[in-house]
Formats: sequence, C-alpha cells, structure tokens
Amino acid sequence: MDKRGYFSGFGGCFIPEILNETFEELVKAYEAAKADPAFWQEYIDVMSNYSCRPTPLTFAENLTNHFGGARIYIKREDLNHTGAHKANNVMGQGLLVKRMGKKRVIAETGAGQHGVATATMAARMGFECTIYMGEEDVERQRPNVFWMERLGATVVPVTDGSRTLKDAINEAFRDWVSNMDTTHYVLGTACGPHPFPEMVAWFQSIIGIEARKQILEHEGRLPKSVYACVGGGSNAMGLFSGFMDDPVELVGVEAGGKGLDSGKHAARLSSKDASVGVAQGYKTYFLQDHDGQMKDTHSISAGLDYVGVSPILAHLQAIGRARFEAATDAEVLEAVTLTMRKEGLIPALESSHAFAQAFKEAPSLSKDDIVIINQSGRGDKDIFTVADAFNDPAWKEFIKHKAEQYDA
Amino acid sequence: MLETTIRNKLAQKDILLMTHIVIGYPDLDTSFEVVRTMVEAGVDLMELQIPFSEPMADGPVILKANQDALATGITVDECFDFAEKVAAAYDIPFLFMTYYNILFKYGVEAFAERMAKCGLCGAIVPDLPPEEADDYLAAMNKHGMAPIFIYAPNTTEARMQRIAEHGKGFIYCMARKGVTGLQTDFSGQLGDHLDHCRASTQLPLALGFGVKDRADVEFIKGKADIAVVGSQAIRVLDEGGVPAVEAFIRSLR
Ligand SMILES: Cc1ncc(COP(=O)(O)O)c(C=O)c1O
Repeated sequence: MDKRGYFSGFGGCFIPEILNETFEELVKAYEAAKADPAFWQEYIDVMSNYSCRPTPLTFAENLTNHFGGARIYIKREDLNHTGAHKANNVMGQGLLVKRMGKKRVIAETGAGQHGVATATMAARMGFECTIYMGEEDVERQRPNVFWMERLGATVVPVTDGSRTLKDAINEAFRDWVSNMDTTHYVLGTACGPHPFPEMVAWFQSIIGIEARKQILEHEGRLPKSVYACVGGGSNAMGLFSGFMDDPVELVGVEAGGKGLDSGKHAARLSSKDASVGVAQGYKTYFLQDHDGQMKDTHSISAGLDYVGVSPILAHLQAIGRARFEAATDAEVLEAVTLTMRKEGLIPALESSHAFAQAFKEAPSLSKDDIVIINQSGRGDKDIFTVADAFNDPAWKEFIKHKAEQYDA
Repeated sequence: MLETTIRNKLAQKDILLMTHIVIGYPDLDTSFEVVRTMVEAGVDLMELQIPFSEPMADGPVILKANQDALATGITVDECFDFAEKVAAAYDIPFLFMTYYNILFKYGVEAFAERMAKCGLCGAIVPDLPPEEADDYLAAMNKHGMAPIFIYAPNTTEARMQRIAEHGKGFIYCMARKGVTGLQTDFSGQLGDHLDHCRASTQLPLALGFGVKDRADVEFIKGKADIAVVGSQAIRVLDEGGVPAVEAFIRSLR
C-alpha cells in the first residue's frame, strides 16, 4: 500500500481506519484544486476582497537605524482580516470545503487566532462551526473566545492532558471520527496527517510569493535572510516558500520559553530535548520522554506552545536548507517593546519571536544586507499577557474597576 | 498461533468475549486483580492497553484512564513486566493495544521481540494503517506476533481485502463511527456491515465499540466471533470496584 506525504522521512499519514475514506476524499479535493488554476485565482480574489492582500512589506527605517546593520523589512500579515496569517489558510480550506460539499467545520486553536479566523470563515461561507481550545488557552486568550462565540461558533474548552493546543487537536480528531461525513477539520497549521502539512503550506505560500515580489520592487535584490516564528510552522512555511529556490537563508524561531536549559520551552528543532516520534497523525520531532509520552511545553505565547512541528520544516532542517533558533519569553518582551517604540507596530507575541532573533543578528550584518521579518499577527490579543508581564499598574486598576462594576 | 487458539475456542462456544484494560489504571495491583477476575469470570481474550498521552481514537472513559495511569508514573517497561506476569498466570491470549509512538520510541523490532518473550499473542495499534506498517509487519511476523487490523463501518470491501492480507489472528470490526465508549445501535445495518466484513476475509471477526450488556453480545452471536468490551468494564470498575467487574462479565452471556 502507498505511503504518502513524506519529506526526508518526516510526515506520513497515521490515522485511524475510520478516517481513511475522509482523507482520500480530502487528498483528491486538494489535488484537484491544486491542478486547477481557477481555484488559486478564486483564492487570490477572496483574499484581496475580503482580507487585505497583498499585505504590505514595510521598511522598518527606525529599527534599521537603531541596529545600524541590515536593512529590516517587515511582512505585514497582521493586516489580514482577523489579524494574522491564519486567515490565508482558513479561507483556502473554506473554498475547498465548499468544493467537497460539507456543511460543518471544526478547528483547534491555541492562541485563538486560528479559531477566530475559522469562525469568521464559517460565518462568511455559511458553515456550522465548533472550535476546540485547551482550557489553559481559554484562560490566556479570553478576548478571542469572546469573538469566536460572537461570530457564531461553539467554543469547547478541552480539559484533558496539558489543556493546551495538542489536547485541542486530539479533541478535534475525536469529533471528526464521529462526524466526518458532514464535517471538515480545518487544521490550523502545517502539521498533522498528509495532506495537511503540504496543503496548509500551499495556502500560506501566498506570503512568500508576495514578499519576494515586493522586495524585488523595493530593493531590486533578494534578502540575505528571512525570519519567521514557528509554532506548527505555517507562517514560516508561507514565508519560506517564496525563497525556497533562492540563495536566501531561512530562519525559523521557536519558543525558548524560560530558556533551553530550563525544560520550560517549546523548542523542537532548535533544542536537544526533542526526538522523532509519531503522534497526532504524523512523524516529526516531538518534545517527548523516553517512553514516547508527550511532555508539557511552555511559552509566553499560546500560539507557539505545541509539542510537534511541521514535518516539512523538520525536512528543511535535515537537508540543511533552514536554520532554527529559539527566543526566550524575556527576549520576546524586549523585542515587542522595541518594535512598538521604534515603529509603532504591535506584533503578536508569537511573531515577536522572529523579531527577537532578527534583532540578535541584524547588528552584525552589513548595511547592504536585507532581512525580512514575518509579522505573522498583531498583538492586540496579547494585551492581558503583556500587561501582566510589565506589571502595568494602570491596566490592573482598570481591570479591578471593571470587575467591581460587574459585582455591583 | 492466535487464530488457531480462537478457532479451537469457537468449537466450544458460540461467541468469545474479549475485554480491554488500561495497564496501571487505577494502579498496577488493581489492574492485576481485574485481569484475574475477568479470566475467572470466563473472558476468552484480553487487550492490555499501554497508556499513551495522546490516545487519539479513544473516547472519554479510556482517555481518562490513560491519563490517570500515566499520572501514577507508569512506564512502558512496567507494562511489559505486567504483561509477562499475567500471561504466565493465565492461559488465555493477551494482546497489547497501544498507539504507534510507544512502539516507535521503543524500537519496533525490539518491541515485537519483547512481546514474544512476555508470552503475548499480538497487538492492536489503531493509529497505524497498513500503509505505514512495513516495519511493524516485518517485526511482528518475525516474532510470531499477530498484527490485528481494523475494519471501519466505511471501509470499502476492496480495501477490506487489502487490509486482510496483512492481518493475522482476527480482524477488529468497529460497530460504528466515532471513538470508543459511546452509545452504539446494535441493530439492522450493523448486521449488513458484518456480512461485508465476513465476505472479505477468512480471519475470525471481533466486534467492538459500545458493547455494554448481554443484549449487545446476543446481537453479535452468529455475526461475529468475538464480542469486545472496553469502556463499559472501566465504568463498572469505577463504580463498583473489582467485585462488580466479576458480576458484570458473568452477566454478559
Ligand atoms: C500570530 C500567530 N503567529 C504564529 C502562530 C504560530 O503558528 P504557525 O507556526 O503555524 O504559523 C500563531 C498560532 O496561533 C499565531 O496566532
């Protein structure tokens, strides 16, 4: 029997038998869409009418001057509708769901961005929608839960396991094995069983295709390096896809959490703590113990707090095409602060990992070098986390007041 | 050989009972007592689940049992030791049920070898479709262990035949879509499905997912060879302890 969806031995399709037919149908629909230029054109049209595509490539003049090294450009995925690159993937999968004639979508979400994007897509396209979210993430990202519910989605807090993204994924699969005839699982990142890694990377490739064109327009030459944060790896795959065949360094930045020596991080490709395994339907590097049990991960940003990583990124590392680094929670807070003060941009905590790494490297590059940082999302959703991290007194006062008003 | 054992038993009984436990839930001593009780109450085969942190295909009852067992700190080594102990103590076929990562991290070949040493008969690995199972099949065959594959209600007959080429011992048929432990309708359509299953393989058929009482087992008689009881036994254990498990198993036929 055929093996499909492998990249240097990573990937595959490890699914329960009950989902076999569902995946065959999905692979067929995806392959047909990919072979049909009209589908991609429809996708581009939707993204430019409904979202904000092409998103700008902003020259960060003040950061460039501040570091005195490479010229820093920022790809503005934060300007997508719902505030993150997640919109690219969900609108693409939404169009595919229409082709498959299904009526209901489910999704998992960590930071809540993918959940909000999916709920938005479902509202627009007329699908019923259920979102699974780890209980801990529900707490961390309450504003996004509020919006998902307002958009008409049912949000199910997942109380199993570590109560974060990986548990939400398991729960979404459990729903899917019961309801696959009517339901499509809009997986949020370039992970999971084939064809998801490849398909999500394809929809996200719009980021890199645009960025390459834009940098050539701005500067007439290619960047030295491009930086993207890595949760599951979809925004990174999106940016990297545009430069895969160019002499451009691809840098993925994972969650270093409290430091790679602390055991409290989510660095799968940039630390020694991960090993190859098979879970959630695919083979890749996982943060797991000797027996193969998944470990708890940590990051200040819910969207990077995941035990696995895209098999395509694992492959790019294996063949030496991409480099992976980690940024700590503290470095990320510094990076977001500096970006706000210098450029008036508020990157999501996830995206700020890419900023932090680029900031480490930019000063030692030459003034002729160009780097691109992917601002995968905007930071509004992180207001509670950031306010806590900076112990902001006025914010606390506001929250207290608000609570008192509710009690009264 | 597992298939022969099953056929010999079927010469004496019209339906066999297979039960499922999660090793180490709620603790290793209780697990052993549950096995003893089940065997004494007349169970014909048993699945011993090695707990996994991401039991994707399991419903709420078994999911919780997996997590609680892991919370006690149980290791894969201890699960092997447990399997060895029960296989030495009781003369029925014991199978491992677990997810592929447990085998993969252990080393698939070493895993199958140790299974054989422990006196196990085979394994059920629900997230390992035959397409991904080359290493597993080679190792299981080499060590005389039966790889049990699964037929879902939507598996086509052509695919059933392909799956059957790789399976040994018996085929595990799911009574419905979904995860383990939820309500199943044991009526009409299910009989048709089992007819298709029967037509596509020479192997004995087991039927599981939602089997919870004597009426369900009665329904299965004549249509499949083995009735599989999973979540319901854990529920009974949770509510009434080991003695309740014995009464429950005896009530099934
Ligand atoms: C803004 C933002 N960036 C990045 C990520 C990480 O996901 P991925 O690695 O798939 O891009 C998330 C995930 O929720 C996110 O919300």
